Amino acid sequence: MFRRLPDRKESSVSFTFDGVPTMACQGDSVASALLAAGHCSTRRTPVSGAVRGPYCMMGVCFECLVKIDGRPNRQGCMTTVVEGMRVETQDGAAMPGQEE
Amino acid sequence: MIKDIQSAANLAPAYDLVVVGAGPAGLSAAIEASTHGLAVLLADENESPGGQIYRSVDRASDADLTRMGPDYAAGRRLIERFRGADLSYARRATVWSVGPADEETGDGAHALEVGISLGGIARPIAADRVILATGALERPFPFPGWTMPGVMAAGAAQILMKSSGLVPSGRTILAGTGPLLYLLASQLLRAGVSVIAVVDTTPVENWRLALPHVLSFATSPYALKGLKLLLEVHRHTRVIRGATAIEAVGSGQFSALRVHRSNKSLHIEGDLLLLHQGIAPNLNLTLAAGCDYVWDERLAAFRPNVDGRGASSVSGVSIAGDAAGIVGAVASAHQGELAGLAAALDLNRIGQSVYEQRRAQHAQKLARALRGRTFIDDRFRPGKTFRVPEDDGTIICRCEEITAGKLREVAALGVPGPNQMKAFTRCGMGPCQGRLCGLTAVELLAQCRGVPPGEVGYYRLRPPIKPVTLSELAALPHTEAATIAVAGFVERAHDGAQDATYGSHR
Ligand code: FES
Repeated sequence: MFRRLPDRKESSVSFTFDGVPTMACQGDSVASALLAAGHCSTRRTPVSGAVRGPYCMMGVCFECLVKIDGRPNRQGCMTTVVEGMRVETQDGAAMPGQEE
Repeated sequence: MIKDIQSAANLAPAYDLVVVGAGPAGLSAAIEASTHGLAVLLADENESPGGQIYRSVDRASDADLTRMGPDYAAGRRLIERFRGADLSYARRATVWSVGPADEETGDGAHALEVGISLGGIARPIAADRVILATGALERPFPFPGWTMPGVMAAGAAQILMKSSGLVPSGRTILAGTGPLLYLLASQLLRAGVSVIAVVDTTPVENWRLALPHVLSFATSPYALKGLKLLLEVHRHTRVIRGATAIEAVGSGQFSALRVHRSNKSLHIEGDLLLLHQGIAPNLNLTLAAGCDYVWDERLAAFRPNVDGRGASSVSGVSIAGDAAGIVGAVASAHQGELAGLAAALDLNRIGQSVYEQRRAQHAQKLARALRGRTFIDDRFRPGKTFRVPEDDGTIICRCEEITAGKLREVAALGVPGPNQMKAFTRCGMGPCQGRLCGLTAVELLAQCRGVPPGEVGYYRLRPPIKPVTLSELAALPHTEAATIAVAGFVERAHDGAQDATYGSHR
C-alpha cells in the first residue's frame, strides 16, 4: 500500500512482525514500518473483533496499538523501530498487566 | 545551544517556563522567552522538533523540500534558531498533567506543576509559567466504512512522507475539504503517486458565507498560493464536487468509495482513501488543566478562552497557536512569541517599555499573518452532514465502536451532555479519550436536543491525558491521595511493573 521514495537513503533495520522477519528503515516508527511492509491491518478491536490499522500516525487515534517485545497497548506510530524488535498483532483488549 | 534531556531524572526540579509542544508556536515561545533570560523547558512528544507541520524538516533532503513545498522548508530556519537557543529540550516526553502546584508535594515557590514522563520515569516539575502549544487535531470525519484499514487521515499520509519517505503505492483517493486536502494532493502528485480522484465535499453554500471576506483574502499571501495549488491539482487529477454523502466499501480492507450526489452516485475503485475536513484545536491538555473554553461557530469546534497575549482562564497558563484556535503556522509562531514575551514581562525579566516595543512588532506581524483567515474558515467549513452522519449505522466512537444510531437513542432519553452520554454508552471512554469522537458526539447531542453545542459542552477531561504506565507512576514521589487522583487507584506492592492505565476511566 506504500512504497519508499527512491531518494531516501536510510540504513535498514530488521524486526519481526508476528514472528516473520521484516525490514524497515532507520528512523521508521513501528506503524510506518508495518505499512511499508504491506500490513495495513495491525489489530483487532476488543468489541467486535473488526480489523483496524494505523489511522492518524500522530499518536491520537490509538488504532495502531500493537504488542512490542511482549508489552501490549504500545502505540506503533509513536515508537521507533529498533533492530531485533518483536512486534505482534494485538488481538482484542489487552488488559493492564498482561505481559508475557 | 539547546540542552537535550533524555530522562526525567535529568530535569531540573523547577523552570521559569515550561512550554508544551514543539511546533511553530511552542518553538517560537521557547526561543523568545529564553532570549530574555528565562530558564525554559520545552517538552514535546515527538522524535524531533517541528510539530506536525515541520515534521522531520531538519532531516529533509532537497528532493523532500521540493516535494513538500516552500511552506514546509520555512520550518528549517525556525528549527535552526531553536537549536541555537539557550534552553532545555525534552523530546519523546509525555506531558500528562498541568495544574496548580500541590500543597503537599510542591516547593511553595512555584505556582504550577507539570507532570512529565520521559525515558520511562514520570515526574512532577515545578514552573512559574506554562505555555501550551499543543496544536490541532484533524477533525473527525465519520461516514460508513471510515474505520476500515486502507482509510487513513490525510495528515497520516503527510507524516509518512515527511518522516519515512513513504508514499501510497496504489490508486489513491482523497476526500473532504480544506486547503490541506489540496496541499496533500499536490504533494502526492509531485511524488508521482497515482491520485485518481479528489472528492471535494465543501458545501456549495459556503461561497455565500465567505464572500464578505473575499477582499482581505485576495490581498493575503494565501490567495496566490491557494490558486496555484488548485490549478496544479485540477490539471493532474479528477476533482469531483457536489458530494452529499460518501461511503467506503470493501471487505475488511478498503476497495472503493461510493460518492452520492444529488442526482446520481459514483463508484470509484481504489486502494487507499485519505480523509481530511479541516483541523480543530487539540483540547485535551488545555481542558485537563482547567482552562475555560467556548464553542466557536465559525470553526465549528471548541477552543479555549484566551486574551490577546494568549493568557487562559488559569493563572500562569497561556495557550498559543492552533491549540487556541486555528490560525496556521506563521500566525502560530507570532502568537508563541507574544506568549513567551508576556512570560518574560510577568517574571520581571524585561521592563514595560521593552515589552511594549517588542509586543507591537510581534502583534503587527501576527495581524498580517491572520489576514484571509476568516475567508478560509468560512469557505472550507465542513458541511453539517459530514460532521454529524445521518446514517445511523456509522461508527462515531472508533475505540468502543459506538454508532450514531446508538448515540441518538441515548440522546432521546434526554441526557444533558457528553459526559452522561459517555456513562450510558462508553462513547469516548476508549484509549483515544474522545479525540476522534468528541466533536461529533457533542454536535449530535446538540442537534438532538435542539440547542447550540456550547450549551452541551465537551467531555470532562482529567489528567493523565495520555496513558502513563504504573511503573512510571510508581516512581513519582507523592502521596497516596495524589496517586489515586492520577491513576484512579493505588497499586499495592506485588510482582513487577504493570502496564498502560487510562487513569480516570478506571
Ligand atoms: S495511528 Fe493513530 S495513534 Fe498511532
